Amino acid sequence: MDTIRIMLLVLTVMTIPLRLDALQEDDLGKVTYDRWCSECHGVDGSGNGSAAGFMLPRPRNFTLAQYQIRTTASGDLPTDQNMLDAINNGAPGTAMPAWDDLLSEPEKQALVQYLKTFSRFFPDDEVPQSLDFGGSTRTSEEVVAEGRRQYEAIECWKCHGDQGRGDGESSPTLVDDTGFPAAAADLTENWFFNGGDDVEDIYRAIRTGLDGTPMPNFSDVLDAGVITEEELWAVAHYVRSLSPEEVPGISEVVQARLIEDLDVPRSVADEIWNETEGVYIPLVGQIIVQPRWFNPRVDGVWVKAFHNGEDISVMVRWSDPNNSPDQAWSDWKSQVVTTMEPKEGGDTGIGASPDQLVVQFPMQMPEGMERPYFLKGDSRRPVYLWEWKSDRQTALEGEARGVGTESFQAEGQDLSVEGVHKDGQWQVVFTRPLLTEDENDLDFITGEAIPMSFFAWDGDNGESGNQGALSSWYFLMLEEATPTAVYVAPPLAMLLAGALGLLMVRNAQKREKENI
Amino acid sequence: MLVLKKIEKLAAFTLVGSLLMVGCGGADSSDSAGSSSAASEATAMENPVDPSTAGNIVGSVAFEGSAPAMDAIDMSGESVCANKHSGTPMVQTVVVNDNGTLSNVFVYVKEGSAIDGMQFPTPSAALLDQDGCVYSPHVMGVMVDQEITIRNSDGLLHNINATPTEQRGFNSSQPVTMETSQDFGTPEVMIPLRCDVHGWMTAYIGVLTHPYHSVSDGSGDFSLSTLPEGDYVVEAWHEQYGTQSQTVTVTAGGTADVTFTFSADMANAVVPMGTPVDLHDHSLVTDQQ
Repeated sequence: MDTIRIMLLVLTVMTIPLRLDALQEDDLGKVTYDRWCSECHGVDGSGNGSAAGFMLPRPRNFTLAQYQIRTTASGDLPTDQNMLDAINNGAPGTAMPAWDDLLSEPEKQALVQYLKTFSRFFPDDEVPQSLDFGGSTRTSEEVVAEGRRQYEAIECWKCHGDQGRGDGESSPTLVDDTGFPAAAADLTENWFFNGGDDVEDIYRAIRTGLDGTPMPNFSDVLDAGVITEEELWAVAHYVRSLSPEEVPGISEVVQARLIEDLDVPRSVADEIWNETEGVYIPLVGQIIVQPRWFNPRVDGVWVKAFHNGEDISVMVRWSDPNNSPDQAWSDWKSQVVTTMEPKEGGDTGIGASPDQLVVQFPMQMPEGMERPYFLKGDSRRPVYLWEWKSDRQTALEGEARGVGTESFQAEGQDLSVEGVHKDGQWQVVFTRPLLTEDENDLDFITGEAIPMSFFAWDGDNGESGNQGALSSWYFLMLEEATPTAVYVAPPLAMLLAGALGLLMVRNAQKREKENI
Repeated sequence: MLVLKKIEKLAAFTLVGSLLMVGCGGADSSDSAGSSSAASEATAMENPVDPSTAGNIVGSVAFEGSAPAMDAIDMSGESVCANKHSGTPMVQTVVVNDNGTLSNVFVYVKEGSAIDGMQFPTPSAALLDQDGCVYSPHVMGVMVDQEITIRNSDGLLHNINATPTEQRGFNSSQPVTMETSQDFGTPEVMIPLRCDVHGWMTAYIGVLTHPYHSVSDGSGDFSLSTLPEGDYVVEAWHEQYGTQSQTVTVTAGGTADVTFTFSADMANAVVPMGTPVDLHDHSLVTDQQ
């Protein structure tokens, strides 16, 4: 009798750790999800977490099992690896962060299994199959040119625009499967591509589409023999070529090159602008003061500058699909405004708002490193502003001592401007004398690191007032004229060196003769 | 033995069926041609319904009130499509016919114990055309696993974005004049389709396990033919005005006449989308009886 009891006890004890293990694995997925994911994706996985209203695109609804980033056919379920990749890499350009270093490997694995439990579409037995993409072809000028031809032939431009900036004719009416506005990707910013920035990622997006969004798959076109795999790869290479080769690094300083004896470029069309790459400055939504804005259209600006010792020209360019206000985008605007939380008394979606850009400088050069508060300064350290609007031909100079205190000079303007909208891009050139008579204008002194920052609004994206995008402080540095000494000293040194050399050779020759 | 019996039964049906077709010859030549071609393709399975005891449902969809004004579609960006339309193309959400009836209403058998468990042959491919930047037809019905040929007659980029809820969808591109094939494996009323390139292009497909579906035409008429005798719940679905259902009794050789009436007041109706169709659920039939 005792033996049986002991055996039973042993058996029971042996099973306990096993069951605990099983429990833990199940729990780990749920615990991880509830802790890190539910705020946005909802406890029930429906994508309706408490923060969802602040986001566009909305968080993924896991109950539909619709995943954008897949190596599987359109409409098919993703592979485990696809889901793991999405967790690891996040979704650039959206609120979804990369969890690569934030979660442990077991947590991520458990999460993938837990996400599947939200949808009845995940079967137990069927393993989703990845499509065969063939190998990437090598890129070349010819391949990119072929890709451009195909980009036109299969009409990618209908949504993405002729130059790929998401400004195609169909772009204002695009919605996702849940009816929320869905912007066509700006193909010139591959660092914001959902699903990855390299040519393989682009090819995958073309072949399998982005389910749940307007982006269709092009595998069916391939299967129908309308296009070859090589031609589709060429499209991917062309799309890749629209973005810089390297993701723009963070550069703190915009150099204004000195062009002596030349007028500064006052027009967007001036070819001298092509001589410099420019500096990329990222922008984010203004979410500090009410009304806040969580859905900025302008996610970065490119800045270039030239000066000639008398005047300075600063060119700012950024992607914006249209010149607001534009009737074609009025539905888009009201949809965005009604979609976005919070309603803090911002743009109602009624009425027209222009696109805007404000360049901000300190009113006086700060001593040391202390700069004005980046949100329009304060009473102690006011800021000096350049304001451009798409519905006005002039730029205004202004000042502010905090948000809401902006005032702009009506007369005595020293600032001129040209703004051109083309192919989904604004190019705005500001020109001003380095020194002005106005004491509230900042004097631009060469060789100094002048703090500079940016505010941008897309009117037809529902942006105006405090609801727009902004950057932190960067620096504008005007190149100093080369001192005269630079032109005198080197030739002098060369002459001296030459003379010395000659002297040495002579001496050597002399000694040689004496030895003979 | 069981298999043999089935084959005998099928042979009998085929015989009766072909005799019947001969008998009806000339009455509706297009109809009989259609069914004979379908029958020749579906060699694996014959229609299990005995036509000698079957009946039909015919009817129309009336519309009350004033027809809402539909927006004109701006096709100025697609001259190829704009040129295919003689007048201004209008949004197809509500199409009220000249005789005051309503077009594009999907009418189908929702419940009916007489067809429970019956296996119907899968008809040949149904055509969904994109012509003049509109879907043609705007509303259609198919059977589970029935091939749907999606054709691009415009030769410019369309995408077909199907968003069912009961099954997996697809989003397929057609940048040139071409055809692709799709099918749905699960019954569902209705599956919305849209073209994202042309935001006004929408279509709806109803997927059923049986062939008893119809769409009200330009005269508001619909018909469901060769139904076994019995009681049916027939539902009429409209994309703006929601659904209505009636219990209809079909007698052997009889034709039941049914009229559905939608009105302009129903504009805010809840429009069911992605409802699974379960013929085994008789709650509605018993409720109404």
